[in-house]
Amino acid sequence: MYGFLIAVGILLLISIIWMVYRIQTLVSVVKGSDKKVASGSNKVNAMMFVLFLVGTGGLMFWYSIKEFDNYNLPLASEHGVVTDQLFWITMAVTGIIFIITHILLFWFPYRYQYKEDRKAAFYPDNNKLEVIWTVVPAIVLALLVIGGWKAWSDITKPAPENAHVVELMGYQFAWEIRYPGMDNVLGANDYRLTNASNVSGVDFSDKNAHDDFTTPMVVIPKGEPVLFKIRARDVLHSVFAPHMRLKMDAVPGMPTKFWFVATKTTEEMRAELNDPEFEYEIACTEVCGKGHFSMRKVINVVEPAEYRKWLAEQKPYIVNNPALVENLSPEMKELADITISEHK
Amino acid sequence: MATAHTATHSASAHDHHDDHEHHDNFITKYIFTTDHKMIGKQFLVTGIFWAIIGGLLSIIFRLQLGFPDMELYWLKPLLGGWIDDAGKLDPNFYLALVTMHGTIMVFFVLTAGLSGTFSNFLIPLQIGARDMASGFMNMLSYWFFFLSGVIMFISLFIETGPASGGWVVYPPLSALEQAMPGSGLGMTMWLIAMTFFIASSLLGGINYITTVINLRTKGMSFSRLPLTIWAFFLTAVIGLLSFPVLFSAALLLVFDRSFGTSFYLSDIYIGGEALPNTGGSPVLYQHLFWFLGHPEVYIVLLPALGITSEIISVNSRKPIFGYKAMIISMLGITILSFIVWAHHMFVSGMNPFLGSIFMFLTLIIAIPSAVKVFNYLTTLWRGNLIFTPGMLFSIGLVSFFISGGLTGIFLGNSAIDIQLHDTYFVVAHFHLVMGSASFFGLMAGVYHWFPKMFGRMMDARLGYIHFWLTFIGVYMVFFPMHYIGIAGFPRRYYSWTNFEFSNMYTDLNMFVSVAAIITFGAQLIFLFNFFYSMYRGRIASLNPWRANTLEWTTPLHPKHGNWPGEIPTVYRWPYDYSKPGAAEDFIPQTVPLSATPESNLPHEEELVKLEKAIIADEEDVLVANESKES
Repeated sequence: MYGFLIAVGILLLISIIWMVYRIQTLVSVVKGSDKKVASGSNKVNAMMFVLFLVGTGGLMFWYSIKEFDNYNLPLASEHGVVTDQLFWITMAVTGIIFIITHILLFWFPYRYQYKEDRKAAFYPDNNKLEVIWTVVPAIVLALLVIGGWKAWSDITKPAPENAHVVELMGYQFAWEIRYPGMDNVLGANDYRLTNASNVSGVDFSDKNAHDDFTTPMVVIPKGEPVLFKIRARDVLHSVFAPHMRLKMDAVPGMPTKFWFVATKTTEEMRAELNDPEFEYEIACTEVCGKGHFSMRKVINVVEPAEYRKWLAEQKPYIVNNPALVENLSPEMKELADITISEHK
Repeated sequence: MATAHTATHSASAHDHHDDHEHHDNFITKYIFTTDHKMIGKQFLVTGIFWAIIGGLLSIIFRLQLGFPDMELYWLKPLLGGWIDDAGKLDPNFYLALVTMHGTIMVFFVLTAGLSGTFSNFLIPLQIGARDMASGFMNMLSYWFFFLSGVIMFISLFIETGPASGGWVVYPPLSALEQAMPGSGLGMTMWLIAMTFFIASSLLGGINYITTVINLRTKGMSFSRLPLTIWAFFLTAVIGLLSFPVLFSAALLLVFDRSFGTSFYLSDIYIGGEALPNTGGSPVLYQHLFWFLGHPEVYIVLLPALGITSEIISVNSRKPIFGYKAMIISMLGITILSFIVWAHHMFVSGMNPFLGSIFMFLTLIIAIPSAVKVFNYLTTLWRGNLIFTPGMLFSIGLVSFFISGGLTGIFLGNSAIDIQLHDTYFVVAHFHLVMGSASFFGLMAGVYHWFPKMFGRMMDARLGYIHFWLTFIGVYMVFFPMHYIGIAGFPRRYYSWTNFEFSNMYTDLNMFVSVAAIITFGAQLIFLFNFFYSMYRGRIASLNPWRANTLEWTTPLHPKHGNWPGEIPTVYRWPYDYSKPGAAEDFIPQTVPLSATPESNLPHEEELVKLEKAIIADEEDVLVANESKES
């Protein structure tokens, strides 16, 4: 019944619109406005541009100011300070150009709308003007690029020797975390060794792997460099830690990396934002399938002392599951057993 | 074709030509036609069909993003199993929608629909040629496109769904059937469809280039070509150089998918088993893909800019400002478009040093773009502006080009891109600068050349309403996405509630979705206007916009061959609007300089002498022909 009524309503609406359309067409034919170069609509359209400029311009300023704290994400890394600064400098420069060009673009239609008694200026070129607006943008862009280039070089230069290594491996649809243990060296891995009890495919015949361990969340110290070693075992993923201004693809067969220094512990950030629930998060930003939108991990940033205490408490893979080293050669098995006994 | 060709040099060809028309039946006139005008219209109508499909797909996923709690049972008759028992959209199908929306809009609507329509329709008409260099290849170009479309359309309905790995179809996701259902048969069909599409683009491109180089009428030097033709020409050059690279990328992907090679695959453990592939690189695919992918941006944008240049000049009643600078800018964009591709890959794991190089190159391409914007503004300045719907859409295009172009400066800067890459900031950026700007170019072109296509006018008032609803609508859809992007919302997310940082802006996303639905609805006004005016619109005058270019010297309904008699000779550039001293505010390209001594500029007086020699020459030919007839 409702469907029928809606259908009747739509039909009525369409026929009314149709009538209005026909009537205005006939009226314009009678008035002969279709013969004129520019009808009264010309003035209306010219006005509309000015209204549009004022209306949407106002909306933009109002919303940008009102929502600033919402869209401006909290920041917690050293290089993030630099990239955020670059972002806002670029915003200022492009914002000014945006506003000026749009004022001109929408004001000219109003100012120079068609008048029968006026003739347009024949103004085909002006080399001086052309040179000016080629060179000025070139200089402005060069300055922006140089800023970006310096920041990019600093961010992507090799990590300091003392950086704490954490491995993040993406798979459908989660992240697997691996720490190198006390030696700060990750053991070798081979994707062919992957199975249900060895998610990361760790090769335990490498003794560096003996103290490797996994955790449910990334724990890192504040104020010390951390190196994320990133890989994937099935399709592309991408590590995105928005509060750290960090992003790097995880590529099967090609390990990638990103190092950074966190500047605020999770506790400090909670206090600052007055949000006791706050967590630093990792998301996936390279489409990877059905669960792409749910690959969440938490980064817990703690004071360095607390970090070292936490690190000492962690139990390697082989301690939790001695079966992993059962098939090793006798010498390696012996080494592994020493590690296991140390942690008991 | 032979008849059309002899017509160029024979005055008696007129009668002969009409004979030819009599033999056209429905199939040779409307389906397997070799007339560039009809092929252009075929591309246009097919493009409109795909735009509706592509738009509808986006409405479905906007419903999911704007109203995540909505029960979508009412879509079950259409989507069947893709709506689960709880009335929710399947996340796999969400990705399929996003992927098909991108593929359809980029390739079928903005490449084939825009370039295909206007390059075909306008090149012969504006350079003064009877038809394309090869009418047959031109016909093949359309039918390859059609075939490609049929395959892509069927893939929408198969059980495992169409390709779903994003329009870029990065492997390994797109290479492994185990990774997602869409990477099975749907992906195979995507690859076959794209292969036909590439063939279609190449056939078209070769034709456009040869036609522009070889078939220009007498007097139509490159420095007198309308900017539309310059744009179509350079677009075809870009397409010809970049589409084969996409083909190579697709071919290697086919090998990896079906023949066990490892071009893109290495060290993969999926679905409980380790695959034997080693040594390949997914990043190789990205390099190959973006070697087309980035020029593709200009393939869709340049024709729109060319169309805009022409329409803004005509309706400002002013010459385009900096004609030569516009050409140089387009040349610059053409060349630079090939050496900026890796800015899509700053955080793909590629060597950061390459990132620095591509950042420099990318920001250079902003310079010719800036020059173009300033030139448009100066063309409007002190004009006498007539707001036809075509003009409104052109001004809208310039606005989008500025808004979307400026955000490119953020994304081209690799340090800033770390945070913004693959967020909604990118979505906002390319939907404005590439999607909406090119779409507005397409619309401007349709409104402007509709009288030439169908001999009738579209209703201007409906055009105004269509423009304002669409212009405001597009900004309401894409501008808020900048805020969402700065807040870090990732692309291609089915829902954002799994993360604390993105568990907000439900109101803004709802607003965007409502705006998208209204904007899509506003396109119905256009559809009505388009098809109604085709049959019932006011009969157009021969030169309704009082423009200078050659297409307006043809009859109202030009037959195959375009001009009934001789092809007109060209004596001047196409932008003599409001020339001081001239009686009218426009002087068509066919008016000799010697006929307008009152308005000639000093350097043109020189040309008058040259011109006289040419005219004398021509008269000799005419006399010779007449004596032959008698």
